[in-house]
Amino acid sequence: MTATAQAPSQIGEVPTFEVRLKVRRYLPPEPAQPLPYGAPAPQAEAYWEEFTVRVHGTDRVLDALHKVKWEQDGSLTFRRSCAHGVCGSDAMRINGRNRLACKTLLKDLDPTKPITIEPIKGLSVLKDLVVDMEPFFASYREIMPFLVTSGNEPTRERLQSPEQRARYDDTTKCILCACCTSSCPVFWNDGQYFGPAAIVNAHRFIFDSRDSGAAQRLEILNDKEGVWRCRTTFNCTEACPRGIEVTKAIAEVKRAMITRAY
Amino acid sequence: MTTIAEPRSRATRKTSRTNAEMIGWIFMRASGVLLVVLIFGHLITNLITNGGVHAIDFGFVAGKWAAPLWRVWDLLMLWLAMIHGTNGVRTIVNDYAEKTSTRLVLKSILVLAAVVVVVLGTLVIFTFDPCPPGAPADLLPSFCKA
Ligand code: HEM
Ligand code: SF4
Ligand code: SF4
Ligand code: FES
Repeated sequence: MTATAQAPSQIGEVPTFEVRLKVRRYLPPEPAQPLPYGAPAPQAEAYWEEFTVRVHGTDRVLDALHKVKWEQDGSLTFRRSCAHGVCGSDAMRINGRNRLACKTLLKDLDPTKPITIEPIKGLSVLKDLVVDMEPFFASYREIMPFLVTSGNEPTRERLQSPEQRARYDDTTKCILCACCTSSCPVFWNDGQYFGPAAIVNAHRFIFDSRDSGAAQRLEILNDKEGVWRCRTTFNCTEACPRGIEVTKAIAEVKRAMITRAY
Repeated sequence: MTTIAEPRSRATRKTSRTNAEMIGWIFMRASGVLLVVLIFGHLITNLITNGGVHAIDFGFVAGKWAAPLWRVWDLLMLWLAMIHGTNGVRTIVNDYAEKTSTRLVLKSILVLAAVVVVVLGTLVIFTFDPCPPGAPADLLPSFCKA
């Protein structure tokens, strides 16, 4: 009977536990004087730093990083915006896999070992977990990620059947987080390859019945650094936090190119 | 004064649009399918039927190449496998070599090796004669006397 007095506070209580975060850190050195144009920037060493934080069972890696930044070390630098898997800002390499920190629950990772957190690979690191996304977005801009139409503008909206919409539904889900491109071994090497994200976004328009820029986009991707560099290793499909079948989309673009040529 | 790059400046990528990589991609698949037939046909006739692996000697090869079918078979296998393998290693070099100079050196060695093997192999298949006329008898295999 006495136990009932305690019971209400037990209900819905979220367990807490400690996690260790092993974070890859990098602080670019400030040059003492402005460097002459083209001079190589001074280099600093990247290093690992461990933090221990107490977290709730419902917390995500992003929450743990927030705790570190807000309570232990305000200099820890990472990108995040929506914190709910929508904006694509916080892609990072967590325990060796590219994920969004805001979609990775701590309870799903092994709490007995430190959780390694690194910047995504293949793009140069600016500070801690922040990388230079410019090469990634440059490829994205190149595939013309906008509706291309021909003929007179209709007086009402451009109609599309549910079947026509379903044709490219998968690739509309992309949030441009770069998990895929920065997991691609072909991209890691010299970063010249357009990368899976650019191809996914080209696919989104190539197979849109309202769009008439397919030929141009296929031409752009029929490049030495285009779709043919893909080695079908499926790293991108595995990495995509939106569950997009990236490698399948790439294969469909390849097929469209072959049918266009012959 | 520091100059800040234009936020929407054009990408610096050099465009290199070409059908060559598409043709290479298709060739890898087409030659792969043919190679399955050619290689397994080759393995079965050489290693399983006709007395198996222990039957292979100079005479075995001479006997096979007496038939035009096997000359064509082996010629096809040579060319397809060499072009397929060379193109495959070329992709690997592209994927792994980081410096332009490393790529150039590796690909030059690759092409040189491929050309030597293909030319030599083709020459042998077309000019092979187990009993060349006028050769000293002690250098000829026994079946030439027949
Ligand atoms: C048994 C029949 C064969 C089939 C079906 C086959 C099929 C293929 C295919 C489809 C690819 C392209 C992979 C890609 O684009 O990612 C490939 C690549 C390759 N093949 Fe073959 N092949 C065969 C035999 C051979 C032989 C005999 C050689 C050696 C002379 C060879 C050497 C290679 C190499 C070096 C690569 C590149 C590896 C890579 O891209 O990851 N293959 N093969
Ligand atoms: S499937 Fe293609 S694009 Fe995706 S990771 Fe592999 S090589 Fe890269
Ligand atoms: S395809 Fe997936 S992994 Fe790649 S950028 Fe889009 S959402 Fe991210
Ligand atoms: S913070 Fe927006 S996707 Fe993770």
